[in-house]
Amino acid sequence: MKFTKFLAAAVMTGVMASPVFAATELTVYTAVEAEDLKKYAERFNEDHPDININWVRDSTGIVTAKLLAEKENPQADVIWGLAATSLLLMKSEDMLEPYAPAGLDELDPKFRDKSDPPTWTGMDAWVAAICVNTVESEANNLPMPSSWQDLTDPVYAGHIAMPNPSSSGTGFLDVSSWLQIFGEDDGWAFMDGLHQNIHHYTHSGSKPCKQAASGEVAIGVSFAFRGAKSKASGAPLEIIIPSEGIGWDMEATAIVKGTDNMEAAKTLVDWSITDKANQMYNEGYAVIGKQALAMPVEHFPSNIPESMIDNDFEWAANNRKRILAEWQKRYDSKSEPKG
Amino acid sequence: MKTPIKAKTSRDDRQMLVFMGVIACYLFVALALPLYAILSKSFKNDDGEFVGLANYLEYFNTPSLTYSIQNSLTISIITTLISVTIAFTLAYGLSRSCMRFKGLFKIIALVPILVPSLLPGIALIYLFGRQGMIRGLLFGHDIYGPIGIVISEVFFTLPHALIIIMTALSIADARLYEAAQSLNAGKIKTFFTVTLPGARYGLISAGFVVFTLTITDFGAPKVIGGDFNVLATDIYKQVIGQQNFEMGAVVSLILLLPAGVAFTVDRIMQRKQVALLSARAVAYEPKPSTSFDWIMFCWATIVSIFILTILGTCQYAALIKFYPYDLTLSLNNYQFDLMDGGGWESFYNSLELACWTAVIGTVLVFLGAYMVEKGKGFHLGRNLFQFLAMLPMAVPGLVLGLAYIFFFNSPNNPLNFLYHTMAILVISTVTHFYTVAHLTAVTALKQMDPEFESVAASLKTPFYRTFTRITAPVCLPAILDISIYLFVNAMTTVSAVVFLYGPHTSLASVAVLNMDDAGDIAPAAAMGMMIFYTNASVRILHGLLSRGVLRKTQSWRSR
Repeated sequence: MKFTKFLAAAVMTGVMASPVFAATELTVYTAVEAEDLKKYAERFNEDHPDININWVRDSTGIVTAKLLAEKENPQADVIWGLAATSLLLMKSEDMLEPYAPAGLDELDPKFRDKSDPPTWTGMDAWVAAICVNTVESEANNLPMPSSWQDLTDPVYAGHIAMPNPSSSGTGFLDVSSWLQIFGEDDGWAFMDGLHQNIHHYTHSGSKPCKQAASGEVAIGVSFAFRGAKSKASGAPLEIIIPSEGIGWDMEATAIVKGTDNMEAAKTLVDWSITDKANQMYNEGYAVIGKQALAMPVEHFPSNIPESMIDNDFEWAANNRKRILAEWQKRYDSKSEPKG
Repeated sequence: MKTPIKAKTSRDDRQMLVFMGVIACYLFVALALPLYAILSKSFKNDDGEFVGLANYLEYFNTPSLTYSIQNSLTISIITTLISVTIAFTLAYGLSRSCMRFKGLFKIIALVPILVPSLLPGIALIYLFGRQGMIRGLLFGHDIYGPIGIVISEVFFTLPHALIIIMTALSIADARLYEAAQSLNAGKIKTFFTVTLPGARYGLISAGFVVFTLTITDFGAPKVIGGDFNVLATDIYKQVIGQQNFEMGAVVSLILLLPAGVAFTVDRIMQRKQVALLSARAVAYEPKPSTSFDWIMFCWATIVSIFILTILGTCQYAALIKFYPYDLTLSLNNYQFDLMDGGGWESFYNSLELACWTAVIGTVLVFLGAYMVEKGKGFHLGRNLFQFLAMLPMAVPGLVLGLAYIFFFNSPNNPLNFLYHTMAILVISTVTHFYTVAHLTAVTALKQMDPEFESVAASLKTPFYRTFTRITAPVCLPAILDISIYLFVNAMTTVSAVVFLYGPHTSLASVAVLNMDDAGDIAPAAAMGMMIFYTNASVRILHGLLSRGVLRKTQSWRSR
């Protein structure tokens, strides 16, 4: 099987690439949506046909765990499309190669690592949001929430799902942003109230919104990107940007320290912040590294950029252990054995 | 009771020892060393410094973590009782009654092994979730939690238990039943004095297999567990959610304890086990009995309906445009090119993995089991081998996968060229599913009288000739079962390989996991059903091919 596939591949390459390139093979780890990967590689190859991208794609948590576990002998050349918080973790383990890509000055300062030269640069932002199923809300006489505080109203008891911050980066993003928006004491008080209304916590960040889309719960605390996608496929969803502001994280790019293909890696990272790349990110995401280029995206609320809080990623990363321990102490009791 | 005659040539023993050594080396490199690489982390901090039991202290001082131990044990014990009871009664009906459609019932009962373990959870959401089609049957209970987990796990473990118990029941000595009858023992008395003791070893093996499968599975609790924390999802939380490998290793080590218990009990029981199929045995043939056959027929029908409902629900889910708001049929969920792993490429990769795993794994497992069972002397080595063979069962796939990264990707490991290749996927899969295959082989081998070997030895026949002429043909049903077991599990496995696939070895089963994780459960069901249809076709092909072979080799079983 392998041999015939190899043969087929050899024939195909022979037919398609008459002027034979000595293409550089680049192993790229990513958490970008699977359906977008082909597009990303194709657009990049329009400008750089001599670099061949070999994707290793998985969910954010698995890619992050994989990268950290491979620390002794890294397999990836470049990371293109992983949460900035994950890259911060890798930066603290000294796994990233500092590099200032060409055109860095044009990038929104929020969308780059604060070190100089930066170890990572941002691509696009994904923001927290509330997904509300209009059909189920009506059936259960639920008012439309407009703020985070609204969600603590007892009327929503048993109708809300949110990601567990111990399992999901999105869940932690929510919790850390509430602590920044409300301050520590009021933040925990808010979550105490919210907890009373939670039907269940999920392991995955996008699931609450998907569950809201299919009516498993009326309200899902998730992120806007998923909501917009479900809405596009026909779900009776309303995407709410709460008035207090929203937490966010970004997809980002970095070179893995010790890569054998440094030149090609730099070429890819240079390209990842070009106007062309930003416009490509804009096809799915409303907020991008060069916001001046951004066009409105269908089904996305328009007030996202001004609602984004001034998220302190370093603070969140440094306090993660403490926050999660506190969260588990307060709310993991839902999982206390019964009887 | 006979004592086996020791009449082996020493050259035979030496040769067998070499064989056993080679396979033991495999298990050592593919299992023991990687496990050490990860479990040693439980005694270190995240800078790699030795901290003694500090991580364990932290673990036992975190109530939300220790609750999971109780949760896991409860779930696993309940699942074991239900699953083994169903498997035994069904296996009993299949081997000891003359009910109709036996072949069909057996095929249906083995179906769950052909589907990825996430599918029952997905089906239960469609059936009993808040928008579920028959949620009224739960009388207001919530499917997210222990109820959902237990139902999923029973579905998932049933075929595993059934295979082992069927093997134990299928070889029965008719002379014992004839004796019971001539002593005027009633049906019930015969059941408790002949049938049950004969199947005892299989029942206990099945019990431990189900128990450990359940306690280590993270698929069902993740999909349908809601907030009900178990040890396996705690590992997921620690490793994937928080990248805390050290705490993940602590939980893993705690999960390994059942393996220790299983091993000890297995050893004790095995000493009492006697070969059932002596060289003079006569195979048992059930006689028709209207009422008993009807009861068994109804029972088998109920079990079959349960399995087919789960399966049918998944297929329905895969074809619905947008449940529950748009119930028109569509093939939208089958656009595999837009899915994880690059569509069909990952599908072919999965096939390739399954073929290699079936071929290499079967040879390795059966030879290993033969050496352990039929070899003489060197008890310490054989006990160690037996322990290594039991271990994979207790190792959660996530842990095995991570262990492989740490061990095989280390720059100091001469084997690190294997990393990111198909070979490492094959090695991890064979290792991950070693135990059940090994138990099947051992159960089959145990039921062969050692007299076969003794006679062969006294005729100065070398062991490999006895093996190829007698042992392998007699055990052919078990060998075929092992190969198909490895094949279908390689198609459906997720947890270990999710860490190990490379740019050119993405897998279909991983795509199912990722789609469910993202909440796209309809496409996940679609891809899962694709895997099922592939497995089912291969199973049918396998059945047709082996029928001819079996007819040739197994005709001695009937008088």
